[in-house]
Amino acid sequence: MELKTTVYQKVNNNKIGKLLRDSLNDMFTSRFLAKQLAIRDIKAQYRQSYLGIIWAFITPLSTALVWIILSKSGTVTVSDTGVPYPVFVFSGTLLWSILVESINAPMANTNGAKGILSKINFPKEALILSGVYKLLSNSFIKIILLLIFLIVYGVGFHFSILLFPLAFLGIIFFGTTIGLFITPLGMLYNDIGKIISMGLGFLMYATPVVYAIPKTGLLKTLMEINPLTPLFLTTRNLLFGQDLDYLIYYFGLFAVCIPLFFLGLVFYRISIPIIVERMSA
Amino acid sequence: MMEENEVLVKVDNLSKKFCKDLKTSLWYGVKDLCSNVLGNNSEDSQELRPKEFWAVKDINFELRRGECLGLIGHNGAGKSTLLKILNGLINPDEGKITIKGRVCALIELGAGFNPILTGRENIYNNGAVLGFSKKEIDSKVEEIIDFAEIREFIDMPVQNYSSGMKVRLGFAVAAQMEPDVLIIDEVLAVGDLAFRMKCYHHLMNVISKKVAIILVSHNVVDIMRLCNVVSVIEKGKSIYYGNVEKGVGLYNNLANKESKDSSIISAKIISDTNIDFQTGDTISFQIDINSKEFIKDARILFHLDFSNFRFSSISSKYSEFNFDIQIGYNSFIFQLKNNPFLVGGFFCQFELYGAFLKDYIASSNFVPFQIVGPSVDYSGFGICHTVKLEHEFTVDLKDKSAFVE
Repeated sequence: MELKTTVYQKVNNNKIGKLLRDSLNDMFTSRFLAKQLAIRDIKAQYRQSYLGIIWAFITPLSTALVWIILSKSGTVTVSDTGVPYPVFVFSGTLLWSILVESINAPMANTNGAKGILSKINFPKEALILSGVYKLLSNSFIKIILLLIFLIVYGVGFHFSILLFPLAFLGIIFFGTTIGLFITPLGMLYNDIGKIISMGLGFLMYATPVVYAIPKTGLLKTLMEINPLTPLFLTTRNLLFGQDLDYLIYYFGLFAVCIPLFFLGLVFYRISIPIIVERMSA
Repeated sequence: MMEENEVLVKVDNLSKKFCKDLKTSLWYGVKDLCSNVLGNNSEDSQELRPKEFWAVKDINFELRRGECLGLIGHNGAGKSTLLKILNGLINPDEGKITIKGRVCALIELGAGFNPILTGRENIYNNGAVLGFSKKEIDSKVEEIIDFAEIREFIDMPVQNYSSGMKVRLGFAVAAQMEPDVLIIDEVLAVGDLAFRMKCYHHLMNVISKKVAIILVSHNVVDIMRLCNVVSVIEKGKSIYYGNVEKGVGLYNNLANKESKDSSIISAKIISDTNIDFQTGDTISFQIDINSKEFIKDARILFHLDFSNFRFSSISSKYSEFNFDIQIGYNSFIFQLKNNPFLVGGFFCQFELYGAFLKDYIASSNFVPFQIVGPSVDYSGFGICHTVKLEHEFTVDLKDKSAFVE
């Protein structure tokens, strides 16, 4: 059998095609590792906790509650959303929490593996994949809760709900793409993580998460520019069986996102040795 | 197809820069990231940027199948950095490494363990990180538990394990790897003696399977037991490459030991060639004392250090050698006759005292010497470790009928 030859030297990053092929290949071959890491983290998360699953949706639920109270009490008036407000706001905060988690996942997982990154050479793409696995498992529970809401509030199910899982995966894909780009810098400087979490806090209010797009005003313009708007509206409207208004923007978004995702993978792959070097320095 | 002596690892002019300051280091990280992503390599990598130093500089070696290279050097000499580059964790700044075949690194045992989970679950975690498939682990899990000798505790959370048990479990998983090139960093230094011997036994088997091994250790015995070639690393550079005995001696003597009062007392070895000796040789020292005052009833103490360990001390009073120190120049000869030392590097130092222990006057420079032969044998058929003891084996001719069955 011919032995595989590996070469390490300074210059070998100039062929994007080869890097991407290696990256995807590693992602494919590391499925078991990714699954194992995800199982490990999920098990550990539940084994040391009595409330377990509840933590997965307590945050979106409490945000939703605040908004339900605000609107019920008349403190804040929200425009018509087409579905009962609690369902609207809960689906919004829930999808938002999934988006935030998927943006943070690549960085959180890479950070969590710091210890082994500087000691063992394993396919780093497994960290990204295990992050997606963990997200899916956490989101699964959230979505079941959301479906219960749909029944309780009498929204019911429409045929378009069959497309909802795809749109939902779209959110995770979108978040992971952004996450891939912020991870390298975020691993070097803690500031990045803090800026991202603060920025997302603001961005939530420029996205139709807890209220629909207003009819007029600055916020309307802002929301219509915001790429998260089509992402959220399309996903949610599929769930509720409403009209899909921003479909062109939505597909445009993914037309940009897909190549960016592959670029992000390459960027991540290039950056890991540099991060490891600076961590162990 | 498989050549007996094919070169598996080839390292050419390998160099790596490191930065002393964290903030600057992070900023250079950002810069490197940009230049790497843009594929822009115009920047001259030969140059050190401010606050940088060479952690590894111009390392060259070749390692063939069945060979074991020992990397020795003091803390911070650059050994671990070199291993990280060899393992592909970080990229070199200059030079090139070519490795053939599957590389495995025993750098950290039990990577990927989660303390809350049980030993059995962690075998899967660790195995996955080391690159095993589920099927492979399934088939090896019993073997691993037996090798680690912790069957009784295998379903207990790893956080309740003793550190020795964790290491055993980690090694047991790692021992299942079947590499062409094996990189080992210091992991043998842990665990109890019986388990260490088991590890050696395992590694010996690995070597006999024609694997190329790179071993980093501070333990000279490990190095002598396993390696057939060593490289002594000091400040990122390889200052010696070759024979194990000579290299180990050099390493023992590397510590920077300068004496401040060598103007009063200084010592050197009397030898026309060098400081290399054989076991059994007589080693002669000349001690020069330059005194400003007359010292009545003076003493000279001889100290011998081995591996930062005071091995022996002798006072001139022991052999009732009595003398006074005159003002000006005094010279003495000290001979170590028929030295019992085995292969390794040793340090000597002389101290000048007056009549009592409180009358300390001065210490000399450290004088290194090396024992380079005859060869020791760590496999249990010769003598090894530090000294050769006078001994004799004979058959006991006592009447056997004295034994009552």
